[in-house]
Amino acid sequence: MIEVTNPVEPFLRTDRMPHIWCSGCGIGTTVNCFVRALIESKVDPQNLALVSGIGCTGRVAGYVKLDSFHTTHGRAIPFATGLKLANPRLNVVVYSGDGDLSAIGGNHLIHAARRNIDLKVICVNNLIYAMTGGQSAPTTPVHAVTSTSPYGQFEPAFNLPHLVEAAGAVYVARWTTFHVRQLTRSIAEVLQKKGFSFIEVISPCPTLYQRRNKLGDGLVTMKYYKEKSKVRHGAPTSEVGLTLSGEIVVGKFVDRDRPDYQSLLHAQMVESLGERYVEQPEEACSCG
Amino acid sequence: MKADPRGVLAGTHFLDGDHACCEGALAAGARFASGYPITPSTEVVERFAARVPTVGGTFIQMEDELAASIALQGAVWGGAKAFTVTSGPGFSLMMEHIGYAAMTETPCVFVDVQRGGPSTGLPTLPAQADMMQARWGSHGDYEIIALCPNSPQECFDLTIQAFNFAEAFRVPVMLMMDEVVGHMTEKVVIPPADAIEIVPRRHTRKSHDDYLPYAANGDQVPDMAHAGEGYKFHVTGLTHDERGYPNMTPQAQDQLVRRLQSKIRAAADRISLLEEEALENADVVVVSYGITSRVAQRAIEMARQQGLRVGKLRLISVWPFPERRIRELADKTKAFVVPELNLGQMVREVERAAAGRARILPVPHAGGSVHRPQDILKIIVEASR
Amino acid sequence: MAKGRVSIIVERCKACGFCVEFCPTKVLALSSAFNSKGYHPPHVVAPEKCSGCDLCGMYCPDFAIYGQKVTEAQLGARPEVFHES
Repeated sequence: MIEVTNPVEPFLRTDRMPHIWCSGCGIGTTVNCFVRALIESKVDPQNLALVSGIGCTGRVAGYVKLDSFHTTHGRAIPFATGLKLANPRLNVVVYSGDGDLSAIGGNHLIHAARRNIDLKVICVNNLIYAMTGGQSAPTTPVHAVTSTSPYGQFEPAFNLPHLVEAAGAVYVARWTTFHVRQLTRSIAEVLQKKGFSFIEVISPCPTLYQRRNKLGDGLVTMKYYKEKSKVRHGAPTSEVGLTLSGEIVVGKFVDRDRPDYQSLLHAQMVESLGERYVEQPEEACSCG
Repeated sequence: MKADPRGVLAGTHFLDGDHACCEGALAAGARFASGYPITPSTEVVERFAARVPTVGGTFIQMEDELAASIALQGAVWGGAKAFTVTSGPGFSLMMEHIGYAAMTETPCVFVDVQRGGPSTGLPTLPAQADMMQARWGSHGDYEIIALCPNSPQECFDLTIQAFNFAEAFRVPVMLMMDEVVGHMTEKVVIPPADAIEIVPRRHTRKSHDDYLPYAANGDQVPDMAHAGEGYKFHVTGLTHDERGYPNMTPQAQDQLVRRLQSKIRAAADRISLLEEEALENADVVVVSYGITSRVAQRAIEMARQQGLRVGKLRLISVWPFPERRIRELADKTKAFVVPELNLGQMVREVERAAAGRARILPVPHAGGSVHRPQDILKIIVEASR
Repeated sequence: MAKGRVSIIVERCKACGFCVEFCPTKVLALSSAFNSKGYHPPHVVAPEKCSGCDLCGMYCPDFAIYGQKVTEAQLGARPEVFHES
């Protein structure tokens, strides 16, 4: 075992390195930011659980040394909901990709936002279904070529910040993998914030999205992010849609306060049941 | 250990099966349910939604059965005993997550109050046509346990049994009710909490450094930990090794999947719950389960009045199938009569286990009502010839 | 004198080039050496310019490089290169 003093190391399952992500893929960069945010925010890692779905980003759960759950495609959010409700003391992070969260998982995304379940969602958006070989996703920009849109995507794409804001999220931000400091700061902020928070991170998929669209490798893409991103904190989310090779609006778009699901539940029960309401014990433990 | 008295509505009640099932869950220690409305199961969670805030737990109605069937598993990993309730179309939607529970060895209960199918079918009328689906509905090789109550009292008792099996074997357990048992109202006696035996979560006693999430113990069932206790474990639906890490090789697959199967099959005798009557010297054995067993009971009485020697074998645990018992009986009896509210599902298992050593006469029914006793009697008489 | 020092775990590197590009003082370049996967890991070409800002570490998708500020005692220490993963 090597003696590395990188403070990120204790949070990684180093026995599983090197990981499977491609050269120039940005997912690992987001994990670096995530771990640094964990350290910075002084959140107790013992109380943090990470839930992912299926896809390249879904593999994050297997590489972090935390209580981590690699669940089914699209269903990280409902799993995380059950986890959080059974043990409200946990800080529950959902870490998954754009296809997992907004296609098959779309229904769960909007309902968790509506309910304002206290979950921190990190959505790595590489604009494609990478793990399965590069099929189009609801986020694939118009005209992009993918394996299931070989003549160019013609379906309009989701504007994820707009979608989750409308559904009720209390914190909505977008960064790219170039914006390492800002992303770290956003993650640290949501770890301390109650309610449904959503951070979209635009990331390269050099092997599939970038290559099929002749957009260069990971490094070229990072330079594109640097050049074409515009930081607009508080921008109206309706105006932050993405296009193929166009401007990328980044920033913190929404940061508001609404009572979270558990506060609402508690308030309603107290009002309706009064003395008869029995709060769930802090840990609904089923042990002897 | 004994049941937590806060969840036990001790006393004599007049309840339907759905309501009794809810009370069984509470008595078993269930403090989380995620559900989605579907006739004829909805009353189970409606009652839970009303009861659990006065006991200390959570109910959440999710946006669909896909969400309900996995939210309960998140709750299990957060430390709770959890279940969901559905009927045919919802059961179909839940199949992926039943497989996930089997693969990750998440102890939990799925209640299916069966109704006419396929598809939307007969939402308010009975059937028993999900029996094979309960066993084989998800993809891949895995084992589950399925129990079949035939009265509201059994809806209470077997729900507790279902949770106990789930915890003992770290497996999803199916409680296969049907619309009639769910909606019939009968006397249900709920004993005091100290008379109810509960199996607690098999929580590891190992230290953080020594604990292996999927190490087979002596009985092939790993010990569990919950999120938030510092074990920093990983759970995945991918084929995994003892550390819980993905290990997608044929060797790891063989080891894991065989253990998932064997932990149940090796304990089949411990799990087997059967009601037997007059099997000695029986010329005909009627094999039935659920609501059909109530009608079959009447048919058996009518047959005996005619002088026929008819034995009764009621399947209370349906999966794992009691093949050993059927095989024994096949050598001693002339015929099995198998009435079911379907066009032939469990009868296939009877045929398989009997291996040609006795005649098998099914009494199928497409669903929508229960058999008439004379329909079953007719076949018993034919079997006795 | 360098105020910082990098550590490189060569076996993890996939030669994406992020660290080389985004180092503000151009301390790094991809070497001509290979790791066992056939990638060219970075090496330090201008150690005296390293400020220990750790931008390389923040960008690295493979957790293969890390920068740190050095203490008085470590001033002028050579970069660490690890060959295991």
